[in-house]
Amino acid sequence: MSGNTKLKNGLQAFLDERFNISSLLQIADKKKVPIHKHAVWYYMGGIATMYLAVQFITGILLMIYYVPEISSAHASILKINSKIDFGWFIRSLHSWGANLLIAILFAHLFSTFFMKAYRRPREFTWLTGLLLMVICMAFGFSGYLLPWDDVSFFATKIGLDIAAKTPLIGETVANMLRGGEHIGQATISRFFAIHVIVLPAALLALLGVHLLLVQLHGMSAPGSFNDLPEAKKTYEKFFPDFFYKDILVWILAANVLFALVMLNPWGIGPEADPFAPAPVGIKPEWYFLSMFQFLKLIPPMVGPIEGELFGMVLMGLAALGFVILPFVDNGKSKAWSRFATIFGLLILTGMILLSIWGALS
Amino acid sequence: MNSEDQDANKIGRADFFKGALGCTALAWGSMTLYPIFCYLNPKAGDQEDETQVSSLEVCKVKDLPPGSGRNFRFGSTPAVIIHTKDGEIHAFKAICTHLGCTVQYQQQKDNIYCACHGGQYDAHDGKNIAGPPPKPLTALVVKIDKDKIIVSQS
Repeated sequence: MSGNTKLKNGLQAFLDERFNISSLLQIADKKKVPIHKHAVWYYMGGIATMYLAVQFITGILLMIYYVPEISSAHASILKINSKIDFGWFIRSLHSWGANLLIAILFAHLFSTFFMKAYRRPREFTWLTGLLLMVICMAFGFSGYLLPWDDVSFFATKIGLDIAAKTPLIGETVANMLRGGEHIGQATISRFFAIHVIVLPAALLALLGVHLLLVQLHGMSAPGSFNDLPEAKKTYEKFFPDFFYKDILVWILAANVLFALVMLNPWGIGPEADPFAPAPVGIKPEWYFLSMFQFLKLIPPMVGPIEGELFGMVLMGLAALGFVILPFVDNGKSKAWSRFATIFGLLILTGMILLSIWGALS
Repeated sequence: MNSEDQDANKIGRADFFKGALGCTALAWGSMTLYPIFCYLNPKAGDQEDETQVSSLEVCKVKDLPPGSGRNFRFGSTPAVIIHTKDGEIHAFKAICTHLGCTVQYQQQKDNIYCACHGGQYDAHDGKNIAGPPPKPLTALVVKIDKDKIIVSQS
């Protein structure tokens, strides 16, 4: 036995005794991925995790120069964009990365939905995924205010005023988030704390549960694969086969991000002026556009109910559908399965059409 | 009632402590959350930039020709003053009654417009005339003192 092999075996034995590496390796060795024509969607979760890592790293770097104070916030972003070496690059990575992350999460959410991956026993994997989506959108909403430009000011104003319409608790919640009746320093402080501490902590905890559940249940496969006779089902090993492909896809996804950052660095609008009129053509971020357009279409009053509240109730019911469906469409009833597909298609088509309409109008 | 029934109705020591533990956890949780809620819940007048104004001079009449308007700060509230094309001067709180965006005078249509969701108001009385706003704008009182436009709370 050479000295090197001896050392390697010794180190392996040392680590194994302390961290039980061999049983972890056994679990990793057993992990397999079904091969079928929809398998491309398996990459979405991995890409999302990679983009999330970019958000954490760039977010920490931005915190070094960003000042969460009303008269300095906008100036500090301007400084990052124009004076700090590679500041524009880090900020653009963060802003473009956020958008790509949400886009990939939508792809992940709807692909798992249409592949019926939410069915028993994966209901809670699905629910934690839904919650992670909500957290990521909350990241988008809270982060949008921090640069304190005119669009971010009004986007926050509208968002919080919509939240305030929630019966009973709405006004209190909106006031607590705003830190008073007006958007100002208190709002920036609160949104900053939420954006850099509260949401990341919640996200990491929930992501841990989500990934643990994925490991416990293994990869879900669509019905067309499950219906195959056992002999015809083909799998590949996660380590190293799928993992190498995962890394390749991450590199491609990172290149898309870099290309967007290079070709179109993220800018900043004029500083927010709480007393100036809302800028003409103001629109929310694309991922809130369908909700924005939907609320715009509802008349001021629907019977005795205020239009906004009515719209929120309808959107709430749609969201509730996504929460309840895993418990109803458990794979035993064809009618429920078809209902789930139609429900998902309706929501997805509606969201796409409303977003396009909102963008063009 | 025999002694067996009585025994069945009795709460055992373990159950009692389980219940007590639950109640203590609830009480402790509330005791912890209450100060946090109070700490986060803003009080009226907390915002240091809050300013109360009952009346102020906005500009001179000659600075606001017919068919023009401008946004101004009325205490802590955004407001808009308009000299309509037919020569009347009106002022309103510039807060859209829909979702609180700041409205502005739209010269071509001689009305008040909210860029957020396309709400429109009559420039003469602040009445909501198009789009999603459910209520008229809050009017302010306008007085002309010699050449000065004075706006005050209604």
